[in-house]
Amino acid sequence: MTTEPLLRVENLTKYYGSRLGCADVSFELWPGEVLAIVGESGSGKTTLLNSLSATLEPSSGRTLYRMRNEQWRNIYELSEAERRFLVRTDWGFVHQNPADGLRMTVSAGANVGERLMAVGDRHYGHIRDTALDWLGRVEIAADRIDDQPRSFSGGMRQRLQIARNLVTGPRLVFMDEPTGGLDVSVQARLLDLLRGLVGELGLAAVVVTHDLAVARLLSHRMMVMKDGRVIEAGLTDRVLDDPREPYTQLLVSSILQV
Amino acid sequence: MTALSVRNLAKTFTMHLRDGVILPVVENVNFEVQPGECVVLGGPSGAGKSSILKMVYGNYGVDAGTIVMRHHGEAVDLATADPRTVLTLRRDSIGYVSQFLRTVPRVSALEVVAEPLVIRGVDREQAQARAKELLARLNLPERLWSLPPATFSGGEQQRVNIARGFITDHPVLLLDEPTASLDATNRAVVVAMIAEKKAAGVALLGIFHDEDVRVQVADRVVDVTAFAPKVAA
Repeated sequence: MTTEPLLRVENLTKYYGSRLGCADVSFELWPGEVLAIVGESGSGKTTLLNSLSATLEPSSGRTLYRMRNEQWRNIYELSEAERRFLVRTDWGFVHQNPADGLRMTVSAGANVGERLMAVGDRHYGHIRDTALDWLGRVEIAADRIDDQPRSFSGGMRQRLQIARNLVTGPRLVFMDEPTGGLDVSVQARLLDLLRGLVGELGLAAVVVTHDLAVARLLSHRMMVMKDGRVIEAGLTDRVLDDPREPYTQLLVSSILQV
Repeated sequence: MTALSVRNLAKTFTMHLRDGVILPVVENVNFEVQPGECVVLGGPSGAGKSSILKMVYGNYGVDAGTIVMRHHGEAVDLATADPRTVLTLRRDSIGYVSQFLRTVPRVSALEVVAEPLVIRGVDREQAQARAKELLARLNLPERLWSLPPATFSGGEQQRVNIARGFITDHPVLLLDEPTASLDATNRAVVVAMIAEKKAAGVALLGIFHDEDVRVQVADRVVDVTAFAPKVAA
């Protein structure tokens, strides 16, 4: 068991002008740990995720990341080259809409291979083999390697986006509603796949979702957000089975049972 | 050395969606479980037996009191432990057979049972071999092993759940009515498995509505009605 976290978030606050995005968020994330951020639309989940992944610069607060050389760095003070290294190799970002994370007009193989080339892999045969291996792991048939993701279904696109992100062996993956917009049978397959990969690779992940079932299945810990603030946090099954805050109780009691 | 020590535990639920109605569950819960002992929580439905088990597993939060058990050679209070500590406790020190199996789409019964060992770093094949032994012993037909348990009958799901709970050698094991939907043959198997856990020095805390099973496994019954909150309703 690692004795140090991977990510330390300290009092992160983001204002859009005078409007609050998220306020005073602090937590630590450890290797192998999946943290779910839940809450309704407009609660600040995506603002927080974008701030954590250095897509947005917060108004105040710090996000410290333990780099591969074991140095702790505030990600908002990294040079552009260092930030790119993180985004291209050590981190992954799975967008809700696969079109935001994929290049739709290049082949599936190239979508996966591109991240490998970004880390300096220049051997075409090796890149293609690795791409094939990853397509297999996300259950995309090998004969689709030369097809563009434009011709893929929503579920396949999402699986391709996951392969593209995981191929460089990232230590931290951000996911924004990874199963949103997919029909339920496709969701189940994707969730099972993600759950397996996260466990197998020992990834740390921050997953934003409004779907509590997704949070229960994927995450170890969970934070509930409302109006930009974290109102309840803890072990996922504790928060879901014994919610304390009025808003969390409302969320949990609103789940439709089948 | 005591395996599990519960002191002055109290729990209430506040129902914010019903104008903040406060439901007292239990208070002043005190008991201990020794290694090799099976303690049964007794009392009618609604007395708080399952709530106590869930608090001991960290699934419910507690309002007051301590739940101390040994973990990696140290005494840890689960009532105040942070989530990461609770997760490692569950991985290495405390097991739980819940009343109902929470199934994951597409994950086979065999994988569900083997998972607690895989999480602890046991080789997948070795873990699955052990899972097969347990499922065979619990008479789950082999043709079901590779299927996700979602479509199984109640008794079949329960046996998957039992196998999953019994596969590790955790020093503390919690059992929430593990025999409720089993036939006589399989009840006898579970009774024998509990006896083996006791012989191996495992501390068991359980709920058994089935009188016949309770008599066979219980070393001591803790009457949960004694922990009923003494508040004016």
